[in-house]
Amino acid sequence: MAERAQPVNLADGIGVAVAALVLLAVMGPLGAVLWRAESFSGLGPADWAAVRFTIGQALLSAALSVGLAIPVARALARRRFPGRGILISLMGAPFILPVIVAVLGLLAVFGRRGAASEILGFFGLPPIEVYGLHGVVLAHVFFNLPLAVRLILQGWLAIPVERFRLGATLGFTASDVARHMERPMLRAVCPGAFLVIFLICTTSFSVALMLGGGPRATTVELAIYQAFRFDFDLARAALLGLVQVAICVVAGLMVVWIAVPHAAGTGLDRPLERWDRSGTVARVSDWIAICGAALFLLLPLGAIFVRGVGGLFDMPGLIYAAALRSVLLSLATATVAVALSVPMALLIARGRARGLFETIGALSIAVSPLVVGTGLFVILRPFVSPSGSALPVTGLVNALAALPFILRALVPAIEQAERGYGKLARSLDMSGWHYGRHVILPRIRRPLGFGAGLAAALSMGDLGVITLFAAPQQGTLPLEMFRLMGAYRMEEAQAAALLLLALSLGLFWIFDRGGRIHAAT
Amino acid sequence: MLQLEAISLRMGDFHLSADLALAKGRRLGVLGPSGGGKSTLLSVIAGFLTPDAGQIRINSEVVTNVPVPQRPLSLLFQEGNLFPHLTVFQNVGLGLRPDLRFDSDQQGAIGDALEQVGLSGMDARLPGDLSGGQRSRVALARMLLRQKPLALLDEPFAALDPGLRSEMLALVDELCVKTGLTLVMVSHDLRDVEKLCTDLCLLEDGAISLYGPLEQILANPPAALKPWM
Repeated sequence: MAERAQPVNLADGIGVAVAALVLLAVMGPLGAVLWRAESFSGLGPADWAAVRFTIGQALLSAALSVGLAIPVARALARRRFPGRGILISLMGAPFILPVIVAVLGLLAVFGRRGAASEILGFFGLPPIEVYGLHGVVLAHVFFNLPLAVRLILQGWLAIPVERFRLGATLGFTASDVARHMERPMLRAVCPGAFLVIFLICTTSFSVALMLGGGPRATTVELAIYQAFRFDFDLARAALLGLVQVAICVVAGLMVVWIAVPHAAGTGLDRPLERWDRSGTVARVSDWIAICGAALFLLLPLGAIFVRGVGGLFDMPGLIYAAALRSVLLSLATATVAVALSVPMALLIARGRARGLFETIGALSIAVSPLVVGTGLFVILRPFVSPSGSALPVTGLVNALAALPFILRALVPAIEQAERGYGKLARSLDMSGWHYGRHVILPRIRRPLGFGAGLAAALSMGDLGVITLFAAPQQGTLPLEMFRLMGAYRMEEAQAAALLLLALSLGLFWIFDRGGRIHAAT
Repeated sequence: MLQLEAISLRMGDFHLSADLALAKGRRLGVLGPSGGGKSTLLSVIAGFLTPDAGQIRINSEVVTNVPVPQRPLSLLFQEGNLFPHLTVFQNVGLGLRPDLRFDSDQQGAIGDALEQVGLSGMDARLPGDLSGGQRSRVALARMLLRQKPLALLDEPFAALDPGLRSEMLALVDELCVKTGLTLVMVSHDLRDVEKLCTDLCLLEDGAISLYGPLEQILANPPAALKPWM
């Protein structure tokens, strides 16, 4: 726990006020939805099917992501090759990749008219059926395989190099290395990685919206959307929202219980010195894993680029208007997310009622953004029309959704700054604004830039709350793209996807880069 | 017993060059500043790094290109000597069989090694349950069990407090006398070298600036050694 550097009551007060605001903004809408629900009749068979599908697809996605990540992480840990660092950096990209862009890319490769189906057709085989469970799991593996690789690679690189050297002097074979070094590490790392991915996949909405649907492939989030959008059944939506909270809380508690490794650890591009990598089997299996993962991740994005670049300057005007709207929304989201996260991070780092404030900061993971968004509409409806509040509400919900990730980046940086400079600052009688400006700010610029970039990129690609209430002329870029896909205008959708991809990555890059300027190391 | 003949290794801007010969049973202390090449020298002898030029002989055999597991030597590091999921008994036994399938003779030999380092009765403990000194003893027991003629120690007791460090150095000294082990120990501390070694080598900027019997060097210490005294 960080030492208390100074008695900044004002900062603590602001932090508590912001935490209360966040609590209200997340739980208030849930309460509003419950309050507006007229009668509860329990979950129907379709709802239970959604619960089963949600858990089933999340289990399958997490198992496949972790299972496939093991050989890839091992190969990356023990091989050196040009582009290794770039490949590992790219493994961090899916987190900020708009879901709709990735899905379109996956359809271009694995869809009925995709490249993979064409190859199968050449051999007289039927095309791949990408909609339903297969598609949802495929998309989840696409997003989460890189995360799993980074988590497991971190574990691999955490094995002391002396242990590999010791193994070499003791004459360890590849199976001895696996038995005494790799399996113990995997036993420690994989459960945490599995649970994090399981948790992410249980909250799946956009993927299920595009690749799932129907009675056999509906997630709870999608069922909430259907309850709002098609039935306006607030009672059912609220009940499903509570079910979603229960699933997330159980998974979240398990994540906390089992230590989760950090994916953002430094030094992932450092290759591990090993003396058991020279065998032909090891070499061949490593290259299959590396090339397979690279192709799986890069082909869909490559397909988007190839198919989209031609139509980039030939899109309808509403796409450009939507792009501008999305950029403005993302900037607003990043501003709100930073404004919420800094006071909360300071409060958490000071260690006062830390568990409580950490829980409040992480609440938005557990509560469905669709429920929060709808609750906010219910609250605001007497004052503003739904279409009038669509963009502000979307921005707020997106900022709340980004909050846990920004806090995770900010809190350790603040703790480190206070540990390193707190005593010095106290001895110089530095407090308040001066302490924040000279001690804290230079040391959180980097994670703050990263967090703001993350919030902006997530908001840029979001296809959640906006789907519920946006008026036709108010669509964001992902929503317009979704509408183009729905109208089978795939060429225009692919061009819009390329624009969306460029804007998401560009916004993230600008914020992240900006945070690094003048940052103290 | 150990001969380094015109060894040369270049790694970026760093260049290591070494020429030395150590007779059987002698114990060489390698002293020098951080980044001077001490651990690199050990890595070259162990086989983790291959020199660009020169030859390494152990027991008169050229081992310059011999793979690590086939070199007749044992290693002791400051950290990472033990596998945390294996018991004391298994960690020592790794020196005999990495697959841990021991026959009764091997089990007896492991027990003897543990007894020699004063760890009898601690067979079933995990490394996490041991003190720093006990962990070092487990690693020493494994080194003894392997019965290799050359031991390479890379600041093995640097993390221990001074009392425990002296105790461990005395134990290694006793084991060396008993087994006739030849030893190369990297250290930052001349006092540690004095307690254990018969010879001294000062390695600065990748080059040996001082080398010879410790007693002779200390009888008339050159200026280069003054910062270490």
